[in-house]
Amino acid sequence: MATTYDYEEAPATYDEGRHQDLGYDPNFVPDSVRSFVVHLYRHIREKNVYEIHQMYEISFQTLSDRLFKDTPWPSVDAVAHYVDNDQVFCLLYREMWFRHLYARLSPTLKQRIDSWDNYCSLFQVVLHRVVNMQLPNQWLWDMVDEFVYQFQSFCQYRAKMKNKTEQEIALLRQYDQAWNVYGVLNYLQAFVEKSNIIQILEQEKEGLEQFTATDGYDYSGGSNVLKVLGYFSMVGLLRVHCLLGDYQTGLKCLLPIDISQQGVYTSVIGSHIATIYHYGFANLMLRRYVEAIREFNKMLLYIFKTKQYHQKSPQYEQILKKNEQMYALLAICLSLCPQVKLVDETVNSQLREKYGEKMARMQRYDDEALVIYDELFSYACPKFITPSAPSFEEPLVNYNQDAYRLQLKLFLYEVKQQQLLSGVRTFLKVYSTISLGKLANYMEVDEPTLRTILLTYKHKTHAVDSDGKIISNADVDFYIDDDMIHVVESMPVKRYGDYFLRQIVKVWYI
Amino acid sequence: MVRERETPKQQQQVSYTVEQLVAVNPYNPDILPDLENYVNEQVSSQMYSLDANLCLLRLYQALMAMPAPDFSLCLFLIPERVQMEEQFKTLIVLSHYLETGRFRQFWDEAAKNRHIVEAVPGNKLGLNAGFEQAIQTYAIHVLSLTYQKIPRPVLAEAINIEGLSLDKFLEHQAANSGWILEKGHGRGQLIVLPRNEFNHPELKKSAADSVPLEHITRIFPILG
Repeated sequence: MATTYDYEEAPATYDEGRHQDLGYDPNFVPDSVRSFVVHLYRHIREKNVYEIHQMYEISFQTLSDRLFKDTPWPSVDAVAHYVDNDQVFCLLYREMWFRHLYARLSPTLKQRIDSWDNYCSLFQVVLHRVVNMQLPNQWLWDMVDEFVYQFQSFCQYRAKMKNKTEQEIALLRQYDQAWNVYGVLNYLQAFVEKSNIIQILEQEKEGLEQFTATDGYDYSGGSNVLKVLGYFSMVGLLRVHCLLGDYQTGLKCLLPIDISQQGVYTSVIGSHIATIYHYGFANLMLRRYVEAIREFNKMLLYIFKTKQYHQKSPQYEQILKKNEQMYALLAICLSLCPQVKLVDETVNSQLREKYGEKMARMQRYDDEALVIYDELFSYACPKFITPSAPSFEEPLVNYNQDAYRLQLKLFLYEVKQQQLLSGVRTFLKVYSTISLGKLANYMEVDEPTLRTILLTYKHKTHAVDSDGKIISNADVDFYIDDDMIHVVESMPVKRYGDYFLRQIVKVWYI
Repeated sequence: MVRERETPKQQQQVSYTVEQLVAVNPYNPDILPDLENYVNEQVSSQMYSLDANLCLLRLYQALMAMPAPDFSLCLFLIPERVQMEEQFKTLIVLSHYLETGRFRQFWDEAAKNRHIVEAVPGNKLGLNAGFEQAIQTYAIHVLSLTYQKIPRPVLAEAINIEGLSLDKFLEHQAANSGWILEKGHGRGQLIVLPRNEFNHPELKKSAADSVPLEHITRIFPILG
């Protein structure tokens, strides 16, 4: 089992109750922090989205790097009186507080539970009260992203029962609702429904609504928070369902977002990447390789062209990580479905560099190939989870790898079924017609077996898309007339229509 | 999302929820989430659990849905432990044969495991009859992707129909689905399957080149 998958956590070091031992005083508020919260509070009240964004993205990071490298920020109680004890601001502050904790330190069980409570309170405010704020998309995306991440982290943590202390087990039993899978799905679903985002996107197509054009911001005095949270929750749902292995439901949740175009999901790089990564992965598991290849290709090209602009951003490392993972997934897709013409030159050369040799070995379909498929899949796959509560009976076991093992096993099972296809492909590329008898001879199988192999080739290269239509993934195809195989070379798909549209637009802008 | 129920293993009777569900919705990919919610409400424990029998039913239906990938989609959601149980292993083997075009082995295995196939909840309600037909439809689908003309014995093996029954079947298909029966050279009948873009490449419309109306409307402002 690849060790790249194992989710290792350092033992928690920051228990607020033991702060004396570790030199952290939650009640000490440095001047710069006081200034930070006072200004952020003012900007939020005055709806200065640009300033909020600067403070959220830059100032918070700078202060964290300078003062809170390995301690938490001051507690919310310590800063509350600087901001009129504003309940909503305090919830937002706490959200940032916990996010910082997860990023720099290791949360205790109690802290995980408290963070869940904070999200519940914050989300309930947004869902049930009239919220009069405009927050930057980056922040709103981070909320959803972090919410799902903490859920995933909790499931991983909870599944490792073996070394849990009595205290931890007691807490787990007591707070069994925290990070419950239904609760998580519920909030995301609630955002989608309460915000009416699906209808908004529909009506936007007919010019009856403005959403994408304003990047989700409300320029008529209202708030963007619920709408944009609803929008990003669709991506959140895709992610959660992928973690649970429910790819079809995940894709259904994303359906209202048209990924063939720019949209609010592309307004934040993290959201853009998360969307395409999970969309591509789900399609890979559904054997819709061409679709996955297309989207990975577009995303990787985009990252290649724009990553320099994100070098200073706190998301840079994550961007690079996901970039590498998508190259691995692309390598897998192309090995199972050779369609190199779908890949851009730049992406292709990067791919050759990173995985050229491995791809050659994967296409040999021997035992070694399976090892490489295993390696790449394990490196690039989402951190699957088992959402169920643990059994508290002795002996306590760790089951955090169960979900991953199952997905890997089923994936390799599919690869094995496609093992014989590589051989067929090689022969089909060489002949324009060949009798079943001759080909059976060359492949050293009997005719009935060859017929089943050819049927398998057809079945595996013709996927069923989301509308139930059959689409061909085959780069080289054939048909059989009695006992003769006729090979069909598929022509490169020249998209003249798109080309003309682009030229028209180009000329217009001259 | 599925986890096995922590109840002692006994031959579960068809629960009324399954019968209700099946009666109302014989095949619906959305059954499972609805039923999960229903079951969760019924179960007082906090654990989210699902009857293994229900999974079996769902897998069975997914098998009938081929070539749609429903079967593997279900497997992604069923815990490994549960998949090791006898009835699940049988269905997985059957699926494997269908995925790899091994129809002869499929029909042999299905016949050997009649009792398992019949024990799947819902079969008492007569779903069994549909099972054979669904698999035959899938077989014909794959054959239609592959063959312009197929020898009779190959077809017979794939759909598990022989002799007079096959003659009747072929007559029916010739009359209603555009199949043509030819004489093959010395080896008996050749069946000409209907033309489609997969077994007749010249029929492949360059769908890639058609531009959706939506895309054109986007440049209307420019065209003025």
